[in-house]
Amino acid sequence: MFKTKTKLIQENKVYSRPAVGTAILLLGFALLLLSIVLAISVGAAKIQFLTVWNAVINYDPTREADRIIMSLRLPRELGAAIVGAAFAVSGAIMQGMTRNPLADPGLLGLNAGASLALACVFAFNTEANYLTVMILSFIGAGIGAVLVFGLGSMSRGGLTPIRITLAGAAVSALLSSLGEGIALYFKLSQDLAFWTAGGVSGTNWAQLKIIVPVVLVGIIVAVMFSRQLTILSFGEEVARGLGQRTLFTKIVLMIVVLILAGAAVSLVGAIAFVGLMVPHIVRFLVGTDYRWIIPCSAIFGSVLMVLADTFARTVNAPYETPVGAVVAMIGVPFFLYLARKGGRKLS
Amino acid sequence: MMNARQIKRIRVTTIAAILLLIAVFIISVATGFASLTPSELFRTIMGQGTPRENLILFEFRLPRIIVAILAGMGLAVSGAILQSITKNPLSDPGILGINAGAGLMVVVYIMFFTVETTSFLYVLPLFALFGGMLTAFVIYIMSYIKGEGVEPTRLVLVGVGLAAALYGATLTLSTRLDMEDYSFMANWMAGRIWGDDWTFVLSLLPWILLLIPYTMFKSNVLNTLNLHENVSVGVGVNVSRERISLIMISVALASASVAVSGGIGFVGLMAPHIARSLVGPRHQVFLPVAALVGGILLLAADTIGRVVLDPSGIPAGIIVTIIGAPYFMYLLARKN
Repeated sequence: MFKTKTKLIQENKVYSRPAVGTAILLLGFALLLLSIVLAISVGAAKIQFLTVWNAVINYDPTREADRIIMSLRLPRELGAAIVGAAFAVSGAIMQGMTRNPLADPGLLGLNAGASLALACVFAFNTEANYLTVMILSFIGAGIGAVLVFGLGSMSRGGLTPIRITLAGAAVSALLSSLGEGIALYFKLSQDLAFWTAGGVSGTNWAQLKIIVPVVLVGIIVAVMFSRQLTILSFGEEVARGLGQRTLFTKIVLMIVVLILAGAAVSLVGAIAFVGLMVPHIVRFLVGTDYRWIIPCSAIFGSVLMVLADTFARTVNAPYETPVGAVVAMIGVPFFLYLARKGGRKLS
Repeated sequence: MMNARQIKRIRVTTIAAILLLIAVFIISVATGFASLTPSELFRTIMGQGTPRENLILFEFRLPRIIVAILAGMGLAVSGAILQSITKNPLSDPGILGINAGAGLMVVVYIMFFTVETTSFLYVLPLFALFGGMLTAFVIYIMSYIKGEGVEPTRLVLVGVGLAAALYGATLTLSTRLDMEDYSFMANWMAGRIWGDDWTFVLSLLPWILLLIPYTMFKSNVLNTLNLHENVSVGVGVNVSRERISLIMISVALASASVAVSGGIGFVGLMAPHIARSLVGPRHQVFLPVAALVGGILLLAADTIGRVVLDPSGIPAGIIVTIIGAPYFMYLLARKN
């Protein structure tokens, strides 16, 4: 603990590739716009690129194509983008904070907690508006997180990756089973399945008005704390040695994670894997500096979700394929490659 | 190797587990629609029941109870083998994606063949077995690196990833099913014990009767595999051959159980942990206790699920988690 700051930093080298990061951010943003336009133009009603552009710039409610774009497709794609960013950033924060390559809101009980909250909303107060639904999702995610981290830290030996994943598996199983049980008991599993498996298909502007600011604020706070997160990812002792108030940083970051995961689940249900996969891919590309990882994860998550949703909509038309299924299938080959190559290094 | 206190503890635990299983059995027969009181049950077992009592016990209750116990035992032993071989407390056929692989094949079967013919009962477990084996094979290949062996973190990563993909594929395929098949599928995935007929008992029994005793016979191998790889090699165990054959047994047990009982994930994770905390890690005593705990858990869960929401019931897979997870969490918090 008497080492100097520079020495500590040298020992835990941050390697980052700012050039790659910048390229990802710029290209990623262009790709996101492109994929949203593509997503809007394909589907049951085929729409020309130019019409999409026209509808956004110069909306005319008398044209049918414009109405489809503005009331169905655009909110849906924006919903997918915002949810993808939220899941990816919350996963990135959790992986950095817990130094656990397996961490993601799905594995650590947050998604399950939020889903349980959703089930309760449907069971006890079907009249709830979206804001209430979202706030209850935050609380549900919070309960999941408190259980997992409480359980992980109560045991001797501290929060090792395997221990916390074990706690996460148990808590997730418990909360999602309770949710499923409630859904079955009140005979609303179909409503709930519609809400969750339907993905972003039902997204409307009223929901977007609430979720977009919430997620944006979450991501901005995450970016503001990304330097602290990088230091935290070296380990608690190093961070303290560097004079960081680790408890404060952890609490802030945890709240951000809860808000992002809760908001995302309240819109699309518990989609595992975006939060687990995207940060791995991004870290592989840009290095270990969270000032790059967080924004790149947001962009990457958005693109992934938009493309996955488009695929889900078109692959088996007219049926909607669950978007979570598509995400898993797209991501798995690359993820398996990474797990094999870097499973040890990352832990 | 064991002192008198330990032996006593093992004896007490085993007897308590058997008594508990009997108690759950009696409760299961005594509850729900068309139930038998303990005295009626006794009379019926003694061969002096009325036709109605005989019908209830032998045609309705008993097959389902036996399926629940057998499937619980199969899943528990399967989980115990995986945990010992991978030296990873997280291993269980559900988490590692073996159940998901078996489930995918179940959906494929439902899509291409009819559910009505009787051959279905025997062919379905084989399909599930094929799916489970294939998944296990892929996971093993993906997580084995020469010179390093199977590293736990990587194994879990690969397993979780593959489970998600298989689950996704299953969901995607299931959207093409018609309503009736879809609801069968949904219930199967939630872990409803749907095999409540003597034919299911017959289709599951050979797997359990052959493979669990064989696993017990391999107790010493499991004891050594649970230690460091070098130790196993040192005492003359052909590590890779034993490991592969035991994994195949574990997969077979899980797949056969899952085929008739549905996607029940938590028993395989939990029962071995509970058993180990009760009698310690020696497989000679730990495996039978794990099997008993698994049978008790699944039967209790199915009974509760059957009674809670008459007449359709809540799937045993859900109940087993709601009962088991808190205890599992307690163990996790208490143990080092």
